[in-house]
Amino acid sequence: MSLLSIANVSKTFQTPGGPVHAVKDVEIDVQPGECLAIVGESGSGKTTLANMVLGILGATEGTISFEGAALPIKRLRDHRRMIQLVQQNPLSALNPMRSVGAAIRLGLDTYGIGARADRWGRVEAALEAVGLPAEMRNRAPTALSGGQRQRVSIARALAVEPKLVVLDEPTSALDVLVQARVLRLLNDLRRDRGLTYIFITHDLAVVRNVADRVAVFQSGQLVELGATAQIFTTPQTAYARSLIGAVPVVDDAELALRNQLAEGA
Amino acid sequence: MIRTILVLTRNPLSLLGLILVGLVIVAAVFAPWLAPYPTHNGAVVDFLNNNRAPSAQNWMGTDLVGRDIFSRILYAYQISLTLGVVVLVIATPIGTIIGLLAGYVGGWVEAVLMRVVDVFLSIPPLVLAIAMMGVLEPTLTNAMLAVTAMWWPWYARLVYAIARSEREEGYVLAAEVIGAGTPHIAFREILPNCLPAIITKMTLDMGFVIIIASSLSFLGLGVQPPTPDLGSMVAEGARYLPDSWWLTVFPGLAILIAVFGFNLLGDGLREVLEIDG
Ligand SMILES: Nc1ncnc2c1ncn2[C@@H]1O[C@H](COP(=O)(O)OP(=O)(O)OP(=O)(O)O)[C@@H](O)[C@H]1O
Ligand SMILES: [Mg+2]
Repeated sequence: MSLLSIANVSKTFQTPGGPVHAVKDVEIDVQPGECLAIVGESGSGKTTLANMVLGILGATEGTISFEGAALPIKRLRDHRRMIQLVQQNPLSALNPMRSVGAAIRLGLDTYGIGARADRWGRVEAALEAVGLPAEMRNRAPTALSGGQRQRVSIARALAVEPKLVVLDEPTSALDVLVQARVLRLLNDLRRDRGLTYIFITHDLAVVRNVADRVAVFQSGQLVELGATAQIFTTPQTAYARSLIGAVPVVDDAELALRNQLAEGA
Repeated sequence: MIRTILVLTRNPLSLLGLILVGLVIVAAVFAPWLAPYPTHNGAVVDFLNNNRAPSAQNWMGTDLVGRDIFSRILYAYQISLTLGVVVLVIATPIGTIIGLLAGYVGGWVEAVLMRVVDVFLSIPPLVLAIAMMGVLEPTLTNAMLAVTAMWWPWYARLVYAIARSEREEGYVLAAEVIGAGTPHIAFREILPNCLPAIITKMTLDMGFVIIIASSLSFLGLGVQPPTPDLGSMVAEGARYLPDSWWLTVFPGLAILIAVFGFNLLGDGLREVLEIDG
């Protein structure tokens, strides 16, 4: 059974300038444990689809089901908990007036995870799991680097033990070296915890590095869906071909170099 | 808190504000001990010594019934500060809660709350206060009520504007995705980001509340004799200008010092608290 199933989902925004069809009749089954990349040019509806998966937006048409159960617009607590988000901009994603620890603890308090007395211990464990020192829980997010902030966002999302994580361009605000390290962390966490990712990105080098399958979006429509290797070697649509062609090709040698640099750093 | 005060002392104007506000607070709190004639805060009459110019016995002279003006100013500060604190302690939370809910929840809640706020804001403050005092007894409590009624909408509007922009921030989305409820998001996530602006506004407003309260008393609508009030002292003395200048000049200066002090301090706080990363 697929973990998440998106069936004939559409989203139309009513705007003063007329209706905007942001997502049109999309059908995707996300398998447990996979990393599904969503690529497509700006405005192609990637974030809108992600927001419907997260329950931030209701679908105009179609249904989204999780483990076989249709998700209502008003989510049940358990469903909310099972699908978490890592955002693009790690500075905005953390409240400047609250400590790193408070951000991670929020989910624990919301779902009553662990005994009250143990929760700070869990917060520290969550920080260590993303490669940050436990003492960082008392720091303000503003005192952290971009990469550290993104790790905190990841720790916060994972602290509630979700099954599915939506990553909306999680590395595009980071510089290349930090990017590689965060990607490695995400790969490790997925493997160790059996997580499922929906990974939205513009960066096809990232797609190659992390994704099992790729969904290509164009103006709200799913135009191609296939295994990563297949999309890169034999893209079926002209649009997918142009997308791959439009991005500076990062070959395997450069990827290996990036990985090496990341390991050393 | 301590860090904020240290940073404030680096700017000469803020430091002056801090000193003036400190003096006013000390004067108000320790009035019974600092006042040379502590009994003169009430209905004391001493016609032998009335309307005296400043002297060694009465540093700021005496009023028309012979009371020491310096002593009465210290007690008047007590009244002014109490009035300011009570008004702000009531108006700020009301305005803040309304502004937060309107700004974060949006929809019809926003539409209804902000229309009410707009109605209040469209009435000139002094007019509303005078109208209310016309209906109510002119007592200190009613003066506070009147001033509070016209004060909270400003906080609602300030907090509303901040909350509206904060709700677009990623941390609000993050809290929603985690599943935190509206009270948590409004009061624990967004409110802390409004506090610097609220604290700055409260400091500036202490000065304005003191002016408004003095204006009401000046018009005979606020604090009633024999309770000392800076506004009524100026009003009484004004008839005897320029000969008995001390009747007006000292209470007037006292208003100026308090208002000026709170404004300088508020401007300083705005710079320290609101301009940071
Ligand atoms: N709340 C909204 N109201 C009206 N239109 C919207 C809204 N949100 C998104 N849209 C429109 O829907 C379309 C898809 O937007 P979306 O943000 O999903 O694109 P995206 O693929 O995530 O783009 P990007 O790569 O720039 O993040 C765009 O045309 C956008 O203008
Ligand atoms: Mg997007």
